[in-house]
This record gives sequence, C-alpha cells and structure tokens, in this order.
Amino acid sequence: MAARGWRLAAAAARPGGGGPGRAPGPGPASEPAPGPVPQPAAPAAASVYVHWPYCCKRCSYCNFNTYVVPAVDEAAVRACLVREAQTLLRLSRVKSVTSVFFGGGTPSLASPGTITAVLEAVMGAAHLPAGAEVTLEANPSSTTTARLAGFKAAGVNRLSIGVQSLDDVELRLLGREHTAAEAQAAVEAARQLFPGRTSIDLLFGLPGQSLGAWTQGLKAALGLCDDHISLYQLTLERGTALAARVWGGALPAPPQDLLADMYQTARTMLLAAGFRHYEVSNFARKVGCPYAVPPMLCHPCSRLSPHVTPYHTLPQGALSTHNLSYWRAEQYIGVGPGAHGRFVPHGEGGCSREARVQMLEPIAWMRAVQSRGHGTGKRVVLSPLEQLEEVLALGLRTDEGITHKRWGRFSPHLSLEAVFGAPGQALQQQGWMVLDGGGLRCTERGLAVLDSLLPDLLCQLQRRWGPTAPGPAPGPAPGGGTAPRGSSAARTGLRAL
Amino acid sequence: MALAGRTAMWWARLRSPCPSAAPLCLPPWLLAWPAACERLYSSRGKEKLDMSTYPVENIRNFSIIAHVDHGKSTLADRLLEITGTIAKTAHNKQVLDKLQVERERGITVKAQSASLFYNHKGVNYLLNLIDTPGHVDFSYEVSRSLSACQGVILVVDANEIDLKHADPERVEKQIEKLFDIPIDECVRISAKQGTNVEKVLKKIIEKIPPPQCNTSDPLKALVFDSTFDHYRGVIANIALFGGEIQKGHKIVSAHTKKRYEVNEVGILTPYEHPTHKLYAGQVGYVIAGMKEVTEAQIGDTLFLYKQPVEPLPGFKSAKPMVFAGMYPVDQTEYNNLKSALERLTLNDSSVTIHRDSSLALGAGWRLGFLGLLHMEVFNQRLEQEYNMSVILTAPTVPYKAILSSAKLIKEYGKAEITIINPAQFPDKISVSQYLEPTVLGTIVTPQEYIGKIIVLCQDRRAVQKDMLYIDEHRVMLKYLFPLNEIVLDFYDALKSLSSGYASFDYEDAGYQAADLIKMDILLNGNPVEELATVVHNDKAYATGKLLCERLKDAIPRQLFEIAIQAAIGKKIIARETLKAYRKNVVAKCYGGDITRRMKLLKRQAEGKKLMRKIGNVEVPRDAFIRVLKREPEK
Repeated sequence: MAARGWRLAAAAARPGGGGPGRAPGPGPASEPAPGPVPQPAAPAAASVYVHWPYCCKRCSYCNFNTYVVPAVDEAAVRACLVREAQTLLRLSRVKSVTSVFFGGGTPSLASPGTITAVLEAVMGAAHLPAGAEVTLEANPSSTTTARLAGFKAAGVNRLSIGVQSLDDVELRLLGREHTAAEAQAAVEAARQLFPGRTSIDLLFGLPGQSLGAWTQGLKAALGLCDDHISLYQLTLERGTALAARVWGGALPAPPQDLLADMYQTARTMLLAAGFRHYEVSNFARKVGCPYAVPPMLCHPCSRLSPHVTPYHTLPQGALSTHNLSYWRAEQYIGVGPGAHGRFVPHGEGGCSREARVQMLEPIAWMRAVQSRGHGTGKRVVLSPLEQLEEVLALGLRTDEGITHKRWGRFSPHLSLEAVFGAPGQALQQQGWMVLDGGGLRCTERGLAVLDSLLPDLLCQLQRRWGPTAPGPAPGPAPGGGTAPRGSSAARTGLRAL
Repeated sequence: MALAGRTAMWWARLRSPCPSAAPLCLPPWLLAWPAACERLYSSRGKEKLDMSTYPVENIRNFSIIAHVDHGKSTLADRLLEITGTIAKTAHNKQVLDKLQVERERGITVKAQSASLFYNHKGVNYLLNLIDTPGHVDFSYEVSRSLSACQGVILVVDANEIDLKHADPERVEKQIEKLFDIPIDECVRISAKQGTNVEKVLKKIIEKIPPPQCNTSDPLKALVFDSTFDHYRGVIANIALFGGEIQKGHKIVSAHTKKRYEVNEVGILTPYEHPTHKLYAGQVGYVIAGMKEVTEAQIGDTLFLYKQPVEPLPGFKSAKPMVFAGMYPVDQTEYNNLKSALERLTLNDSSVTIHRDSSLALGAGWRLGFLGLLHMEVFNQRLEQEYNMSVILTAPTVPYKAILSSAKLIKEYGKAEITIINPAQFPDKISVSQYLEPTVLGTIVTPQEYIGKIIVLCQDRRAVQKDMLYIDEHRVMLKYLFPLNEIVLDFYDALKSLSSGYASFDYEDAGYQAADLIKMDILLNGNPVEELATVVHNDKAYATGKLLCERLKDAIPRQLFEIAIQAAIGKKIIARETLKAYRKNVVAKCYGGDITRRMKLLKRQAEGKKLMRKIGNVEVPRDAFIRVLKREPEK
C-alpha cells in the first residue's frame, strides 16, 4: 500500500523524529491509531519537573523565573499544577514516570498537601514506580523537621538543600535569608529524615572569595554533607543585583585562573572523600562506575570500588536520577510557570520531539491552565539534527558521556565514529576527548573546557550531517489520500495553542 | 558665497530609504518618489522632460564644498525641498547620500548630482547641484565635481547660528582673512531650520555665471562620474560643454575611440529621470550601451560620430596613498570577488587594483586607496552592496628603495623600486637607501589645543613648517609628516584630543630618506601575513609592543597558550602571552532550559566557520583591522 510504504520510509528517514522518546522495548499503544496506518509506539517514560515560582525574597544572583508576592493563593496554584500535570501527561501518552522534581522558586514554601496533590495527579495519569526518585528543593529557612516530615509523608524521598555557603558574610552577599548555622541545622535535620538521599548545593567564585576561603567552606561542607553535592560556579546573570555591582565596579570579578583553581581543588577534595564527579557540577558517592565495558583503570572509581559492576545493572545510588534524565536527553515534562519540557506530544498527533516552555508569569499561566488545561507558551519541533545537538551538548557534561546506544537511538544511520572519527582523533590526541567502545566523552581536562570544545564538535556534526543525512522524506503525491502526517502542523514551530 | 550654520549633525540613521512624498504643487513626474528598490526601473514609464526650455543663460552649475560634518548634505536637502525637487517631510536627511555606508556613517562618499528648478523674478532657472564628499580622503571626488561647475557654495560651520554660542562674526572675519571673501558676500543660514536658505538660491543665480557654451556647437560632453547598473550597464554622468545629445545619437569616446549609440539621456532628480534631449550647459546622464567597466573613463570627452572635437582636459588621476592586500575568505569565492571588485571600482575609480598572491592567503589583489576611511568605506560597500566578506591586510604606504644589489636591479630592470606590499620589502643588504612618502599637513585648531597637537605631531615624526594665527583664537599649523604616521589613526587622534575642533588636510610632499625595517607579527611562531608591516626603526619596538598588546585583547582565549610576538628578521622584539582556558564550562543548565544555551553554542559554531586560522590559532576576521585601528575609548 502506497500510503503505508511512505510512512515507513518517513519513519526511517527521520530517525530522531519519534525515536528518542520511545521506550527501549515495544510499548503498548494506548489507543487504536486513527486510520489504517499503525502509529509508532507511544513513548513509555518521562520525568516530570514541577515549578513552584514563589520565594520569600529574591537572592542577589538569581534570575530564575521567581516571584515575591505578599500572598500566594496556594489552592489555586495547586489546582493548576495538578491540572497541567494531568493534561501534559495525557498529551505525552507517557505510561511511566521515572522521577519527579519540585524546583523553583522555593518549593519548600509550598505545603506538603500541594506536593501530595501533584504526586497523586502524576500517579493517576501514569505509573510512578514505588521508590521512583521524588526530589524537593528546599531552602534552609523553610525546613523545620516538622515540615520535612510532612514532605516525606507526602511522598518526597530526596531533598536538595540550597546551602550555597557556610559563611555568613558570603550568605549576606548572596542575599540569602538564612545563616550558616541554620543551613547546618537544616542539613542535619534532612539527613535524619532522608538518610543517603540529601543533596546540598554550594556556590563558588563569589566576588572577593579567596581559594583559601573556598576550600575552608568546602571542608566544612564535607563534614556536614550526605552522599551528593552540587558545586556551582557563580554565573553573573544579566539583570541581577550582584551582576550590577560587579559590572559597575563595586565588587571585584573573580579572575579566570582563580576559578579554575577553585574547581580543580574542589574536585580533588571530593574525589579524595570518595565522590564520583559524574557531571560538570555534580558529585555523588556510593555509586558504581559508569563504564560497562571494560572499566578504565584511569577512572577514579576503579580505585574506590573493587567490584566494578557494569553500570546498567547498578542502582542509581546517590546520583540524581532526575538530572541524569536531562543529560541523557530522555523525555521530560515541565509543569508550572516557565517550566521547560522535551517530549513527543503523541496525544495530539505529534510524532516529533518538541521543546516546550510553559508561560512565565504565574497569573497568565493559571488563566491558561484553567481555560485549556495547560499553559504551554511556546513549542518548537526539534529537527533530528537539533536533537542530536542537544544530545551532544548535554551528554558530554557527564562522566559517562554519550554511549553508542543512546547516540544510535537519535542517529541510527550516522554513528559516533562516522561523525567524530577525524576531529575526534585530533581532540583525542590533545587529550580533551575519548571515543572508544563506551562512547564519546570528555577527559577530566576536557570537561573543564567543554564550552570551548562544543562549537567545534557542533560544526563537525553539522558538516557530517549535511551530505550524509537522508534527504527529506518524499512527500505524498498530491491527492494521494495518505493519512495526515501528525507532525506537519507541529512542524510550523510556533502555533497558537 | 554662503555661510552656513551648523546643521543637523545628529545624523539619524536611515529611517527609510526614501521619504514618503507628501502632496505638494509639484510637476507630476516628481510626485512619485522612486523607492530605492525600484530604482532600476525609475526612469521607465515617466513622462520625458523637454529641456529646451532652459537656455544656457538660465542654467547654473554649482557645488557645495565643506569640511566633513559641517552640514553640507543638510543644506542640499533643504535646497531640494525649497525647489520642490523632493517633498518636504521630516525624513529628508542626506537625500543625496544614496549609499548605505554614507547614511550609516553620516558622510558623503560619492559625489551626487541633482537638477533643481527654481523661479526667480519670473524666470525659470535650472540649477544643477553637485554634492561632494567632505573628508580629506575623498578630495579627488571633489575635484571631479568641480570641473562640471562654474561656482561653488562654501559651507563653513559657525557653530549653529541658531544657538547662543554661535559666533558668525568671528567666522566671517576668518573667511575674509583666509579666502579673501568679503564679509558682505556671506549668508548666515541654518540649514537644519531652513533659515535664509532661499537667499542662497538667489545668490547662486546672481553670483554664479552661466556656463559658457553653445547648443549650436558640436557635441562636447565631459564624463565626470559614472555608476554601474546591473541591468543597463554603465550610466555616465555628463556635463555638456557644447551641442546637444539625444536618443539615437552615435557618439564616440575620445579616450577609447569606441562608438556607441545613445539609448537614453536624462537628468538626475537625484534619481534618473529621462529627458528628450540634453543641451549645452546642462548636466545629466547618458546610457549608451557601455558594458565594460573600463569604458566610461572619468574625465573622458564624448562627441558625435564624425564630428570630433578637441577633448576637454582630463583629470589628474587619483593617487592612492594607502595600499592593502585583499583576499577572499575562501578561495572558491575568488571569481565572485573579482567581479564585485570590477563593478565597485567602476563606481569608485579612485581605487587602484593589482593582482597579488600570498602563500598564506592565496590569490587576491593589492588595492590602492586614498586613505584609511576610503579603504573602510570600500570594504563596507563590498559587504553591503555585493555581500562579499574579505580578508584585508594591514594598510601600508608606497615606500621606495634604491637598490644596490646588481642582481636585484637586473631583476626589477631599475634601481629605484616602489614597494606596496611589505612581503616584497627588500633586505637592507641589497638596498642603499629606503625612501618614505611624505605629506604637508595643515591643521586648523582653536589655540587651547596647540600644546597637545604639537606633542602629537612630534610623536608622529612630523617637522613643523609653519604656524599662523588666523585670528585671536584660531591657529593654522603646517607640518611635514611621513605619510605612514597619519594614515591609520592620526585624524581620529587629532579629533579626540581637540574635542573635534581641529581640522586636518594634507597634500603630497614627495619622498624622504628613512631608516625602515620590516616587522612581522607571529602567533605561536607562525607569521600573520595581514599584520606584516614596514616601520621606522625608531618606532619598531613601540609599535611591536603595542600591536602585541592589542592582539592579546583581540584574540579570544583558546584551549592552548598563544605566544604573540613581534619580530624583525629572526629577532623577537616584543611578546605577549595569551593564557589557555583552564576552565570554560557553564555551571548549570537550569531546570532543563537548554534552548538559550544551544542558541549561543550554535552561534559560536557559526562564528568558528568565519575564523581565520593561523597555525592552530583561531582569530576573528575583524581582529586585525581592530588591532591596527585604535578603538575609541570605551
């Protein structure tokens, strides 16, 4: 049948179109496909990000989508988060949710009841396996033991605490509401309730911060922390109070070399304390080695764990499952004002992965959710090349890099070797990258300068993709009577929703 | 002569390529203002004008002369408005400056003509205005325009007569002293506000003589400018010194002896408007099937077939002061660039062009320009009008060497050679003397800046020749400059240390002996051909150090350390080190928001494709020209 033949050809020609969202195994189609043409299998899994946009006070460095309002109509916000989660899960036809992350803003300001409601909505629309990671971002100023216990009862099983610094002067510079002592108490309380599942965030590269001050702070944090630490180099963002002070000359900008020293020193200290540096800014311990075959002797974890087990068979340990799903270019659904998502909207006939952003402003977002079930403000269909570009830019941030298997899911016809064979070798000779049986990844040196490597890698990908990539699928003959192609509407990029 | 007030100098960036026409009592053919994009067809479908109603005695051909930024183009705008040539709207700014580069920079580069119709005391006059550039680089254009005129309006900035710190009395006295123009000949105007602009028109009619020529004589037309139209070929701007010309006439070029048949004649309003004929004394354009870029030689005389005339004296050809290599970014673009250069040089015949090639940059050209601004404008026009991106090497002046080596003399066929490419700079061993070009520079400045200006001139190896108080406030200084000391940034430096008040002009002053050496700039040991330069021995160290320092700021940090060195022969005289990136990775991709991040990365990836690679070092293409030109203080 002509129509069928064309669709199959199209599916093969645009591997990235529906492939990445697909489950490793054949997932059961949720509904009978319209028309005679069988639909591609509905994607089975996604993670869910839920954005709580409110804070008590804006921090001096923060340019996130947050709002300080006198009173939050929590019941209304809760109803909208619930409704949007239901709508988007239905749109995505996701069967299983791998993790849920409550970020913000300050989601620990929400009541545990709101967390319960959203999680129930997720469980109502898809399967949330017992033990699936449910993380809540918490500020030390809103984390009494009682509140934390409430969150735990609501279903939260992992806490990410925004400690940022253990120095009161630094905390004031950052505009944080808490003191070092309060942060310490919060982490201790959290560890009681979430043993092995408490993460802390620290910032370095603050204006005027010395290497000594940073290592002192990190040492104190190591004495306090659980098995996961995120170390973020402070980024001066346009429009923030801190950036204005630095660019205006009121505060010194940290020198490049000092930032590099801070990063290297921190890395060394954390490796010595048994942590695995599994992403640019993230460290975890009591986890396995990422390399399935054979373990690299040079890798730090080979010294830590005598029994290196293939990565895929290990539990995630203290790694953040949720964040890994971004870096591995899995599907994720963003719920709440300004939340971002990447998924295939099978439920409305889409068959390509889309970049979606929910409306930024909470009131406008709520109105949209109330009237049409979700507040998506922008959706852009990602071309197979764009998807691969994201795979590259995100995957290389991790120590596991991009495995051949994952690359193959997005690019079945053009292997990692075919794309990065030549300059990859050059970069490999210079010691920035490794391309081997495990896949493509950065060396320790390469990871620190990834943003200088990526433009070249993207150029290389675009060059190879151009001539080698299969051309656009042959269009249906005019009046040929093929079933409408699901993606054609979405392919226009922006569409009134 | 007119004295113009300083006029609208806040050159509004071009709002629209053409002002919208407002209904006015105008001849119908002027109401529809052709949009720039329609220009190609602008002369079609219009009623042809009968120019016979303007006998020679009712014609005035004039130019407006002024320093750059004194308001010449604004005065031209007002004259066009008053005579109804263009509709009076708020958008008329630099109407005659048709090039994008002119509007962006607020300067006139290319002389333009416009025919104005004006009734004075019941007589209809045809006034042909030829707008001219003000910058010293373009004085060649000015001299060309003048040959078609019988008089000029001199515009002198008296600092805005409509503002309270204007000082027209003083400026009138200066003009009298400098040019012997009586004070009562001056007209005080504000072109910005239109004050007294009518008076200028009356003065033009009263003071400028009509052209001395006769329609009954045989055709004698001076080609004073030309433009190239992709569809119609060469459009030659002509001034008729005798006879008449119309469609179907067979004409001959005195220079090439080639024969053409006239397809179209017309006047410029300022866009082409066809007429039945052009008559002696009139200024307009002719299209006669000239296809080759070399056919419309500026200064050429056109006459009727079988009716030869004594050719008019041609122009002294423009003398290039600055040379630079130009290469396609990608050698596959060579032919496209070649054709763009040919077409652009037809519109700007002051550029000289020689084929050149380099090991590092491939096949290209060595171009001669009138000055650095001219070079920048030419480059910008290549980009804007022909969409070409090029590699430009460091500008150099034409040095000379007197050879002592018999072998080299034999090779060149002469003992004195001119060097327009530093790569061909002969070694000291085979040279008895190097010579550098000099110019006599004239600076007019308010006296309070004299001290700083003298220091600047001394720093540029200049020798003072004269110093004259024009009045109690203004001083005129004359210096003999080595040309290479002023081509790059002297004018900018002078303007900035005198808050824009000092003016500068120069003329050729021959060659002088000089202790010259060639200096190379190396990146990780690889020479940067764009930056190879000939310098005076006394300045080598300072120049080398400065170039290295500026390069350090202009080259982005890379994954490895970069040694930036200045070398004379094998001797390193300056070094800067650009350290490698040790850390360059964004800390966080917040909440899955990677769209912005991907955009930035892709922009960087695009940028990579345009980088010039020297060894393994990637350099943004504009880095070298930024290095050579002092950036304005930030």
